[in-house]
Amino acid sequence: MKFAIQINEGPFTHQAADTAYQFTKAAIENGHDIFRVFFYHDGVNNGTMYGVPPVDDRNVQALWSDLAEKHDLDLVVCVAAAQRRGIMDEDEAKRHGKGAANIAPKFRISGLGQLIEAGIQADRLMVFGD
Amino acid sequence: MSTLHTVNKSPFERNSLDTCLLLIKNDSTVLLIEDGVSGALQNTTASQSISDAMQEGVKFAVLGEDLNARGLSADRVIDGISVVDYAGFVQLAADHDNVQSWL
Repeated sequence: MKFAIQINEGPFTHQAADTAYQFTKAAIENGHDIFRVFFYHDGVNNGTMYGVPPVDDRNVQALWSDLAEKHDLDLVVCVAAAQRRGIMDEDEAKRHGKGAANIAPKFRISGLGQLIEAGIQADRLMVFGD
Repeated sequence: MSTLHTVNKSPFERNSLDTCLLLIKNDSTVLLIEDGVSGALQNTTASQSISDAMQEGVKFAVLGEDLNARGLSADRVIDGISVVDYAGFVQLAADHDNVQSWL
């Protein structure tokens, strides 16, 4: 079965970012496909590589990047939500006159159309948030 | 058409479980996750509405990992609520036609 995942919450708000990761991992382990993971609203905060949580805390961003590397996941950050919260790739940083990009490995920035497409293409759209 | 409803807020903090139970169809399942797992416990103000919904044919499940994370043991859970792991969560999502997250 094809799952699409929507995440509306950052890694340090409540638990939804963790639940979404655990669900996605379990879906892959049980033979399902992940069509796309879409980070929306505060969920875009999962996609910054400048976060440095304490070493004895889980690093949700790194967990996503690793999982995406292993299973070739499509991790998409909503561009409008990202701009508001200062999540940028090279192009966006240049366009807005910012010093450097901070988007984490394997994440990419795109538009809301990617969420709509995921909702259409996947068998189930799972929404995680606060 | 069956729907899996996920509730992630404690019924003692928000009314999302109540709202879910008002609208749910009896071929559907409620999965309690995150802080929502406290709704699965016996002898609380939420227990009666869960029992009533069960009588109507609604099924209930609770995420075991989130019970454990809160120090709540599975033997305190209302009879008839099944304790599942993340793989069980995935299976429930696959087994129902739709998934509705009550955020």
